[in-house]
This record gives sequence, structure tokens and C-alpha cells, in this order.
Amino acid sequence: MLLGIVFVITVGAFYLIHLLPGDPAVVILGTGDSPLNRAKLFAQLGLNKPIYEQYFVWMGNIIHGNLGTSFISQTPVWGTIKSALPIDLELMVISQILAFAAAIPLAMRSAKKPDGWLDRILSAGSFTLLSIPSFIAIVLLVLFVAIDLGVPHTGVSSYVGLSTDWIGNLESLSLPSFVLAVGSFVVYYRVLRSDLIATLQEEYITMARSKGISQRRILWRHALRPSSVALLGTAGVNIGGLLAGGFIVQYLLDIPGLGYTLISAIGLSDYLVVQGIVLVVCVGVILINFFFDFVINIVDPRISRE
Amino acid sequence: MSSSPLVREMIEDATVRDTPPRKRRLGILFWACVGWLILNLLAAILANVLPMKNPFFQDYAVVNASPSLHHLFGTDDLGRDIFSRVVFGSRVSIEVGLGAMFIGFGFGGPLGMLAAYRRGKFDTFLTTFMYIFLAFPAIIATIAVLSFWTPRSLLKIIVVVGIASVPIIYRVIRTATMNIATKDYVIAAKVQGATDRRILVKELLPNVAPIGVSFLLIGVATVITLEGSLAFLGLSVNPPTPSWGNMINESRAILQTNPWLAIFPSVAMCLFLLCLNFIGDRLRSHFDVTEVKL
Repeated sequence: MLLGIVFVITVGAFYLIHLLPGDPAVVILGTGDSPLNRAKLFAQLGLNKPIYEQYFVWMGNIIHGNLGTSFISQTPVWGTIKSALPIDLELMVISQILAFAAAIPLAMRSAKKPDGWLDRILSAGSFTLLSIPSFIAIVLLVLFVAIDLGVPHTGVSSYVGLSTDWIGNLESLSLPSFVLAVGSFVVYYRVLRSDLIATLQEEYITMARSKGISQRRILWRHALRPSSVALLGTAGVNIGGLLAGGFIVQYLLDIPGLGYTLISAIGLSDYLVVQGIVLVVCVGVILINFFFDFVINIVDPRISRE
Repeated sequence: MSSSPLVREMIEDATVRDTPPRKRRLGILFWACVGWLILNLLAAILANVLPMKNPFFQDYAVVNASPSLHHLFGTDDLGRDIFSRVVFGSRVSIEVGLGAMFIGFGFGGPLGMLAAYRRGKFDTFLTTFMYIFLAFPAIIATIAVLSFWTPRSLLKIIVVVGIASVPIIYRVIRTATMNIATKDYVIAAKVQGATDRRILVKELLPNVAPIGVSFLLIGVATVITLEGSLAFLGLSVNPPTPSWGNMINESRAILQTNPWLAIFPSVAMCLFLLCLNFIGDRLRSHFDVTEVKL
């Protein structure tokens, strides 16, 4: 299954260009380009060979860590990816820490008294937030908050590398990580809340209560672990989704991560970069899901025994 | 498609049902949302007939005007009436949402039901195929295909998004059908010698339909969000055609001089999405109750 998925993804990434009507070279270079460039591209992509042979040549190169050289910027694709990837990882780590730090305690407060006033407010609020697309959240946050507070919100120059100045780096990432964190928080909160409510009705919780164990200890020690299976599964899908879907946040705020690079590469028809990033993102998504499946088995060993 | 959290919750709910039963009544908020959606739909359909300003007319005498009686929502940087552009813009969102879901359900729905009913090799093959496609990030494929497939048109956007949504719809419908196909009344119909067609149409379809409808609504909301994202990348309909995404995107350059251009389409879009999600979610838990009671 896993091998099948990897195979289809490589074929998909490879075929992206062949999926479209028309001559690939014309699609990449546009109709106005010279025949010389077109011939160069043909040779570089090996377009004159049969398609299955092209695929194997391309796969062979990838196994050797060679994703090709961009036809536009003349730099190796792997180098471009390597400089963008850490930004994605940093955004992901910050936003996920924030999301979990908010979701777990708040879901517990809600589950303690379902349909209480706090639960009602949080549930209604999280449902509303769920319906706000990230691009609207960014535009409105920039309009009402970022401009007034002086939080960096636009221009490539506003992004500061981690190694140059870490305070400036955190400042420039504050708005995007906040938007991503809120998006994740809403999902985690809803999943964990409904699972906690179900778990708290189990007999062993009643048992623990009758022994006089404090509410706090019951929630953290007895209820959280069995309730977190769905949460972890959702987190896996969600983080994978951030890798693939967080591009709009990066694009709007000029954060030069993978998503931003992907969009600009698409705009430039820089085909090999698009191909490379699609491949890296897809493999990343699979690895993340794999990792979370593994963690779920540790958290709830019953799953692997079934 | 797979990025919507509500979609994920639906899949989980279709697999394990342990949510506590909820109230039987749909509530006033539900009907308020239905009313708002109908109002939006009517406005979009009747936009040409209603006494509104031309959304393309550029009046340079009133550029970047604030809301007034003359221009309810103000005007944009080219002096166009924001109110009529918001109303006309809803057409793109509604068309993309419904069109893409029409394609998605047209293929994913029947295939999912057939696979769940027939099982066997057909099911194994199709399900493996769809799961593999689900692993490929649909959003990236959509962007890549749309950006290289020129010239762009509304129809192409609908087709690409629609096809990208097939696997997830297949998955939801298949799971829902499987839960029902093992029920006693379906087996009873089979024993009585009912034809496959009769079982599919008379026994399974009416019971899968409610889940399908609530998923459809959430799906439309997801597709509308996706269209908005595409607009920001310049991959939606070409200007000057108004769409909510296009308008919000255009507003970014003049955010400080004319915030109204950002606020009104944003609010319109969020309200529309909120109503769709709310109705879909409420219907889902509503039908869940009957499931538990059975």
C-alpha cells in the first residue's frame, strides 16, 4: 500500500506536465520562446525518449538526490527546497505548540461541564472560526491588528532569518503562526472535546471518582490518554494539510517557505521546481501520517493488537 | 478537498458512532441559516433583474467612497459599486461550489454506493485506487493544473475542482452505504428476491441521501473556500468579473485607504460559509440521532 502510494505520487508529480493539453515544452516556456531553448529543454527533460524511459531516468536521478536544475534560475532544485524547508518546519512547530497548548486545557474545561456557559461559548466560537478562510483571517488581522500594533505583515524584507536575529525572526513569523495555530486549535479542540465527553462517561472514570481522586488528576491522568487517539489522527492529517495547504498564508505574508516557493515557481512556469516541491510535500505528508500512526499505537496499544 | 476539518469529522463519525445523542429539533438558528442561504441564492439568480447598479460601471467621481445611501457598501478604487459587486460576486462562488459538487457526486456517489453494495474485487480495486489518489494533495494538483491549463475559464475551474473532489466523496458515500447495506431490512429485501437496482434505489439511496446532503453542504463550503484561495493566486475568473475572492484580493493593495472593499466581501463570504457549515453539521447530528435510536 505504502509503496503503491509512493509510486503513484512519483508518477503523478512526473506526469503533471503531460496531463495538460499541448506540447510540454511550449507549456513550460510559453509560445514566444526560441526553438533553441525548446531543444535545450527537450534534452534536459529527456522529452525525446519514450515516456516510461523518461520516468525511470527521472527516478534514478531522484534516488541520487538530483532533482534537476531549474530552467529559469539555473540553480539546483534541491538547493531551493533546502533553503525553504526550515521555514515551514519552524512555522509548523510554533503553530502546533500554540494550538495544543490552547486546545487541551480548553477542551478539558468544556468537557467537565458539557453545555455549560463556557462550553457553549467555546463551541460556538470554534464553529465560527472554522468557517473563516485563512486568507480572510489574514486580511482582516492585517487591517485591524497588525497595522496598529506594528507587527510585520508584508514584504519579503520583513522576513528575518533565524540565524541572523531570532527575535526579529519570531516577530516576522508571529502573524502567520497565529493564523495557522488558530486554524489547528479549532480542529483539535472540537475533536478532543467530543472524545473527552464520551470517555468521562466510562465506568472506570466513575470508579476513579468514587475513590476520591481529584477532578484534575482524573482528566489529565485517566481521561486524556484514551481520548487522544482521534486527536492524534486528526493532528496527523492536519499537519500534513498544513504542509500542502499552508501556502496561502505564506503567499499572503511573503514568508519564503515551500508554499511560497511553489506558488512563485508556478507563476514563472518553473516546472522542475514545481515537480520537486510536489514530490517533497507528498513524501512529507506520507511520513507525517506514518509517524502519527506509530504514535497512536504507543498511546493506545489496543489498536495494534486488533 | 481533504483539508476541511468538518469533512474529517464526518468521516470519523461515519466510521465510529459514539457521539452523545442531541436534541431532536433543528432550532431557530438552523432555519435562520436556511433563510440566509435562500436569500443569497435568490439575489444571485435575480441579480440582473433587481434594481442594482451595474457592477462594471466605473464612476470616477466617487472613488473609494464610504458606505452611504447612494452606495450602500461604498465604492472601490475604480468607482464601482461594492454592493452590486458583492451580489454579482456570489454567483462565481455559488456556481463553482454547486458545479464542482455536481461532478464530484455524479461520479463519487454512484461508485461509492456500488462498491459498498457489491463488495468483492470491484470494491477492493476502486477503494485502493481512490485512497492512493487521496494521498496526493488535491490542492497542489488543482493549482498546478489550473496554472498551466490556459486560457482559464469558470468551467475549467469547476471541472478540475470537481474531479479533485471525487475520491473523498466516494469515501464518505461508501462508508455510509456500508453501514446501511448490512441492516436487516436490506437483507430482508435481498431474501425476498428484490433486484439489485431496486435495493440500491429504494432501500439504500433514501438512507444514504441525508448523509450525502449534509456532506454536500460542507463540500460546497470547502469548494468556495478553495475558489477564494485560487482567486488570491490569480487563478480564479479573470477580472473585471467580480468574485468574493477577487474582490478581497484586489482590496489588499488599498487596505488602508479603503477598508470597506475588504470588509464587505469578507463578511458576505464568511456568513455564507458559516450557514453552509452550520446547516450541514446540524443535519448530520440530526440524522445521527435517528441512527442511535434504531
